[in-house]
Amino acid sequence: MPSKKNILRLITFSGIVSWIAMLVSGYLYRFAQLHNGNTETHFFLFKLFMVFFIIAIYFFYRKNIGNQDSFNILDVLWKVFVTGLIATIVSLASSFLMEALKNHEHGRNPYFLDTIYQINIGLIITFLIATFVVWKRLILYQKTKMLIRFWNIFEYGLLASSLFIFTSISFFAGFSLTVLGLLSLLSIILSVNLKWVAYLNFKQKWKSILLIILIAVYIIYFIIILNSFGESKGFTPIYRIFNVITVNSLLIFTLAYCVFSVLVILFNLPTSSVFEQKLVEVINFQKLSQSRNVGQNEDQVFDILLDSTVSVSVANAAWLDIFGEENKLTRTLYFKTNKIEKEDILNKIKSTRIKQLQSSVPSRMSNPNRFTAELKHDIYKSIFVIPIFIQEKQIAVLSLLKDVQEGFSKEIIEIIRTFINQASISIENYRLMDEAIINERYKEELKIAKRVQDSLLPKRLETINNLEVSAFSKAAAEVGGDYFDTYKMNENQLALIVGDVSGKGTSAAFHMSQMKGIFQSLVQINLSARDFIIKANNALSSCLDRTSFITVTYFIIDSNKKKFEFSRAGHCPSLYYSAKEKKVYFLEDNGLGLGILRDNQFNDYVDVNEMDYQQGDILLLYTDGITEAKNKKNEEFGYDRLKLFLEKHIFYSAEHIKDSLLSELYNFCGSSNLEDDVTTLIIKVN
Amino acid sequence: MVEIKNTLENDIYTIYVIGEVDASSSIHLDESISEATSKYKKIMVNCSELEYISSAGLGVFMSYINDLEKSGIKMVIYGLSDKVKHVFQILGLDQLLKITTSETEAKGIVNGI
Repeated sequence: MPSKKNILRLITFSGIVSWIAMLVSGYLYRFAQLHNGNTETHFFLFKLFMVFFIIAIYFFYRKNIGNQDSFNILDVLWKVFVTGLIATIVSLASSFLMEALKNHEHGRNPYFLDTIYQINIGLIITFLIATFVVWKRLILYQKTKMLIRFWNIFEYGLLASSLFIFTSISFFAGFSLTVLGLLSLLSIILSVNLKWVAYLNFKQKWKSILLIILIAVYIIYFIIILNSFGESKGFTPIYRIFNVITVNSLLIFTLAYCVFSVLVILFNLPTSSVFEQKLVEVINFQKLSQSRNVGQNEDQVFDILLDSTVSVSVANAAWLDIFGEENKLTRTLYFKTNKIEKEDILNKIKSTRIKQLQSSVPSRMSNPNRFTAELKHDIYKSIFVIPIFIQEKQIAVLSLLKDVQEGFSKEIIEIIRTFINQASISIENYRLMDEAIINERYKEELKIAKRVQDSLLPKRLETINNLEVSAFSKAAAEVGGDYFDTYKMNENQLALIVGDVSGKGTSAAFHMSQMKGIFQSLVQINLSARDFIIKANNALSSCLDRTSFITVTYFIIDSNKKKFEFSRAGHCPSLYYSAKEKKVYFLEDNGLGLGILRDNQFNDYVDVNEMDYQQGDILLLYTDGITEAKNKKNEEFGYDRLKLFLEKHIFYSAEHIKDSLLSELYNFCGSSNLEDDVTTLIIKVN
Repeated sequence: MVEIKNTLENDIYTIYVIGEVDASSSIHLDESISEATSKYKKIMVNCSELEYISSAGLGVFMSYINDLEKSGIKMVIYGLSDKVKHVFQILGLDQLLKITTSETEAKGIVNGI
């Protein structure tokens, strides 16, 4: 495919060649005529090259102007105007030359006059075709199928009519005139298509009128020049250009369109301000709707709202009261007024009759604050006040002022209302978006907290001879208050702890991490179970908040003595299976939660027990998330069900018991969403 | 959710705790006990319609143990269901707070009989 540029070059080249060929064949015709030779061949060639020239020029402008997807009306008018200007200047220059050589021998030379005439033919054809192509674009500004059909008939008709010059039919013959008449009729029908006029603003309309009038003047100039060409000198052109139907039709069409467009633009001038106003409204409305997208904040929405409503209502002054928390006025945006004047006007309102406005939207817009009133003010004669709501909450009140009475028509109030609605939607979106961002940030923080807490629970459980230890812990929320840990004090001694912080969520999670710190510190100094509990209570007393406490069960298992020592500090009683007694029971000793008594009195309530164990014994530690787990009937899992569960699972490994307990618990609840944190630690003696 | 009512008969202030006391509703319990302890010396807490109490709710009762002793306030909790009572017992609060079954017994305790 040759590029657009190359095609244009080719067309320009063939245009120039056609014109030169036309000129040369003209000379040959003249030569033959002067010497009584055969002129017919030269005459035919002359007409042929003229048609070539017309076609070349047509394609040149079609490629140049006609093919752009989008175009500016004034730009294309300007292009035609410039083409006409150049053509006219060149034509005028040629006339001057002719005038200057009037009395000279060369001035009467028919070859010279032929050259001048043909230059003018080239110019008028070029100019007419440029105008034609631009008019085509303007007529087809908003196309319909019907319009395109009409246009095609016109264009092909013009092309076909150019063939007339090869026939002997006289221009003034009835047939030619009929064709010309039909084409002129089509021109006039097409000329009523002037939709583009509506898209011009006031200034552009004036410019267009000027340009079009000048274009018409050029065309008329050419008609005059060429019609009377050389008459004074007895010169007869080879072929009168105005005897070509195509050229005539083009003249009629271009001139008709000039007249129509100038008239229509003139009549449209008074209404153009309304059209512009509507356009401003649309643009402002769009600004309000899009304000969220371009990263504007609430203040900017208020600014745009004030500007837009002032411009649509053509208000003389305005202010926008913006309210913050608890309906307190935080600030006011002023347009051509100030605080003192505002107070003055507000005082005047009190003494005038206020007309409450009925609203078409019931709840949120029908607020008593919405009204118009006539003012007895020096400058302003009417006021319109409308509140702006977000979720039933008044966030701002807009007041518009006008220097005429009854300045706010129903239509304007409706438009302002749509602006207000749009602004409140924008602001609401803005606030929702902010909330969403904050929530998202909290979620991220919680995820981090969860990761931190997960790292506080032991990854690997410690164990000693013959003991199988298995554990599970899951928080109901991101973070929880359950805690368990194991510590190998020496080859034969293992410390175990299960704890539960009162409350839930983040505060519980903080206390849980304190408990971890206390366990890890105290367990390393080989304390008895009693001392561990007392010291843990001491440590926690200073750091737990007023209503918080921690319940723990602490075990020290000694595999040498086959004994364990334990203390229950307010925690759920541990479940025990004794292989010797073949019985499952709860270790219900006395005890008090850590942090309940924060002084030495606590020591009186510490209870420590010691038990022997043997192979097959099972110790099941847990938190109340298990016993208090509820099913759909609102029944708790309870102690009895837990005991029954262990009785059925005494022959299984600790790992298996843990898995079974969890699946039984989930089955019971009917879902995997637990309401409370759940922890279990199971030890089986092998 | 919890509903808290109160009555004043002679010099005995009675708080009725009705429903469930969980982490969020425990604040209301805390407020009413705090108000009672600031004004009255004889307080009875009727828990006969208390269906459930979470650890946070227990924390509220726990936090007044020292205050009661220091200010010589007599507070009795009564009418607990077995389940709720068990929750108090596990934590060991039954050793520190006065818990009885009937209103008469409770009255006897606050009146120092």
